[in-house]
Amino acid sequence: MTTPTSPTASRWERLRDSYLLYSFKRDLIAQASLLVFIVLVAGAVLAPWLAPMNPYDLAQIDILASELPPFWVDGSDPAYVMGTDAQGRDLLSTILYGARVSLIIGFGAVALQAALGVCFGLLAGYLGGRVDAFLMRLADIQLSFSTLMVAIVVGALFKAIFGGATFSAYAVPLLVLIIGLAEWPQYARTVRASVLAEKGKEYVDAARVMGLSSRRIMFRHILPNTLSPIFVISTVQVANAIISEAALSFLGLGMPETQPSLGSLIKSGFDYIQSGSWWITLIPGLVLVVLVLVINLLGDWLRDVLNPRLYKG
Amino acid sequence: MIAFLIKRLFHALLVMFVISVIAFAIQDNLGDPIQQMVGQSVPESEREALREELGLNDPFAVQYLRFAANAVQFDFGYSYVFNEPTTDVILRHLPATLELVAAATFLIIALSIPIGVYSAIKPRAWLSRFFMGVSIIGISIPVFLTAIVLIQLFAIGVSWSPFPADTGWGAWLNDLISTEGGMPAYGRGEPVPVFGTWETNFASLEGLTYLVLPAISLASIMLPLFIRLIRAEMLEVLQSDYVKFARAKGISPRRIYFLHALKNTMLPVITVGGVQIGTLVAYTILTETVFQWPGMGLMFLDAIERSDIPLIVTYLMIVGLIFVITNTLVDLIYGLVNPTVKLTGKPA
Amino acid sequence: MSLLDVSNLDVRFALRRGDVKALRDVCFSLDRGERLGIVGESGAGKSVAAFSLLNLIAKPGYIAGGSIRFDGQELIGMSDRGLRKIRGHRISMIFQDPMMTLNPVLTIGEQMVECLKAHRRIGTRDARAISLRKLEQVQIPSPEARLDQYPHELSGGMRQRVIIAIALLLDPDIIIADEPTTALDVTIQAEIMALLLELCEEQNVGLILITHDLGVVSQVTQRMLVMYAGRVIEQGPTREIINDPQHPYTQGLINALPQMATPGSRLNQIPGSMPSLNNLPSGCAFHPRCGFVTRPDGSTRQACHDEVPGFVTSGNCQAACHMVAEMIERERIPAEEQD
Repeated sequence: MTTPTSPTASRWERLRDSYLLYSFKRDLIAQASLLVFIVLVAGAVLAPWLAPMNPYDLAQIDILASELPPFWVDGSDPAYVMGTDAQGRDLLSTILYGARVSLIIGFGAVALQAALGVCFGLLAGYLGGRVDAFLMRLADIQLSFSTLMVAIVVGALFKAIFGGATFSAYAVPLLVLIIGLAEWPQYARTVRASVLAEKGKEYVDAARVMGLSSRRIMFRHILPNTLSPIFVISTVQVANAIISEAALSFLGLGMPETQPSLGSLIKSGFDYIQSGSWWITLIPGLVLVVLVLVINLLGDWLRDVLNPRLYKG
Repeated sequence: MIAFLIKRLFHALLVMFVISVIAFAIQDNLGDPIQQMVGQSVPESEREALREELGLNDPFAVQYLRFAANAVQFDFGYSYVFNEPTTDVILRHLPATLELVAAATFLIIALSIPIGVYSAIKPRAWLSRFFMGVSIIGISIPVFLTAIVLIQLFAIGVSWSPFPADTGWGAWLNDLISTEGGMPAYGRGEPVPVFGTWETNFASLEGLTYLVLPAISLASIMLPLFIRLIRAEMLEVLQSDYVKFARAKGISPRRIYFLHALKNTMLPVITVGGVQIGTLVAYTILTETVFQWPGMGLMFLDAIERSDIPLIVTYLMIVGLIFVITNTLVDLIYGLVNPTVKLTGKPA
Repeated sequence: MSLLDVSNLDVRFALRRGDVKALRDVCFSLDRGERLGIVGESGAGKSVAAFSLLNLIAKPGYIAGGSIRFDGQELIGMSDRGLRKIRGHRISMIFQDPMMTLNPVLTIGEQMVECLKAHRRIGTRDARAISLRKLEQVQIPSPEARLDQYPHELSGGMRQRVIIAIALLLDPDIIIADEPTTALDVTIQAEIMALLLELCEEQNVGLILITHDLGVVSQVTQRMLVMYAGRVIEQGPTREIINDPQHPYTQGLINALPQMATPGSRLNQIPGSMPSLNNLPSGCAFHPRCGFVTRPDGSTRQACHDEVPGFVTSGNCQAACHMVAEMIERERIPAEEQD
């Protein structure tokens, strides 16, 4: 928790004195994770400038240079540090662009599920009664089906409704929508639990006595007090969303191979793993795992520090 | 207990109702049985007559009721691709998936309880730290990637030679980090028939070897979650007054850990974990794809690719049923284990 | 030689920012069948003292020094196996909150039988018979049925009776009761306390009663300790301390009792609050709240700021206070020098 020092203290001073920063300075794993995360995000964001090639530009692709191994293996080409994939694309460039797609979908989906989940959670927790019963039952059903299953079904439906070509063309927003729809219950449950905890407190009664509207009480008074659990699950949810996207792409319900994410790169490499070209699958796989791992480690650290009451399961 | 049962049953029926409405809506909007039955060449007027005859122009509710009445008898129509009742197709693929889930569940339970309990009892031991480190990495690896890595390591085999192979120790180290490969990683071999469409991999040693890699991959998704869950719950229970009181009574640590603490730890683990075991069925879609395991997951993906709407709908209904059954069973087990449930009708 | 002799007990909590001293220099003794009260505000270290007697303090806490001799055996440094033979057998405990003390998933019978089996070679049937007799002793209605009930089927008062029965199960020499009635309804508190007193007297069991309730202490115990910020600051016969407290803190505690206040006026309270253990004031830990740091003539007792006071004996009581020491000293000095 940030400790308010004085009303005039600037945001920076408050951050500097906070327990959050204090414990961050003491935690080597958190520091290393943040560093790796920043490097990966920077690499992904700056992909157009950093990458040696543009994998979306068909003119740059040399099909004769396909399935070249990375530099430390015999038969590699120094022009392609990490080797090439089955279509002759430079693997390093493709990974950078792929990480960008994965991160965009990951963060986009979490933004959507957070928006949905926070609204539904606030409504359910604050209004209670039938709204609560309906929304939470819905969340229960969805969770008992597992978010992956829901995402696969919704993905399959979208693909059937729009057709393969349209689906591929709008894959990024559609995947954001699919994963957002599949995973909002996590947020809703967490927010609802902390709203119920906050609702009983005096300041909410005071606000109601003062005649403030429900909406104002919810967004201005209750929501700020539920931020720390939202913050903590957001990290885990970004990791989950990236994995979900990878899983959907791996099943052919996600990004097309022409515009690959890390997941669809892994999928496209999987067909060649039996022929010995392990790097097309395993190098993007390693990048994916490292990305998800550092986010999870940061999430663990945040949970230890903020220690909010989280909904179990 | 009776009231509790009735409440659970009612809840289960409600969930099945919601699932069936969704499933029917999919069928109603996406499936066009006329096209499948007669093909493109038949004129529109004839199609319309057929539609009328099949009741496809009836109101949604009427059609839904017809669908539901058939569904209760497990009649979901014919698969477009296989040209046989969808339930038969599902039934043929069900055993493979259930066996895979059973094997994975066995692995999860057999490993997560001892590891979780150990790392709660000795939170500072290096082995506990190792387990916690491995499990956070495990959570971060997507299940299909685990499967691929397992295939690379144990089916294809890896030969590394970073150490000088001409020296004795170098060759030994190279051997140590290299793997042979040769584990089966494709399909389920030749399972032994039991009865009807049921064939099992559990009956022969060869069958079991086919199960090993897929089961490990499937278990890998839940195992870290279970270890972390059990450890966290156990740590909390060990702080409780009743554990301190048991210590003050002079009870042996073994009895405190494995009776007093474990029984209380398992209560939340059963509710959270039981549901997770059910969701393993969803993850079979991924593992079965990687290992070409001829189960429902692979079949479902195939059905999506070929737009076999009746098969998709049947799969959803059956999987929904499996989830509802596991959830209800989990609640029942919870009710049996937790003494506070019996009187009040719901967990206190 | 007393049954239990605690001397210079030092207990610390190993925290990341260094050790916090929870108990310092705690000394007391208990004779067979004697009843001792330990009194103090919450956070004074009463419960830590109780739990450290059987080495039951939770993980970051550890016993840093001192000695606990029980019936000729040294308990500090004793193996866990050895301590286990004493826990629940010769020294048993009663906890504060009966709602949390019994394991919710085991029946009352199971929790009693396991205790007997842990200390005696005994069959389940015999163990149940003994348990039943103990439940009868604590006057639980229909004791037979209780054996197969779960804790949640019993009220708080009944659960505390069960816990007392468990504490008495193996006819211990000492019972340590950590605020045994605070979590109960006021109407039941007196009942449970009377039961505990009666059983201890009847069976000649020693009792260490930890409480912040001076009323209960004066009714139940023969001797008492007053603790403040991890130290014992006054000890002696209960009656004498209650009637004539020496230490300013004890005086404050007694003055704060509602029956000491004049009707219509505010209750007397000790100004300030107890310091946190990781940030203790120098010298006497009580000096920032003490009204006697300044002498009646206006001069300051510097020792209060600088030195930790040792015990001085006054009558049958001992108090750790510079002011008391000075008064005793002054009485001893011939009268003429005082002019």
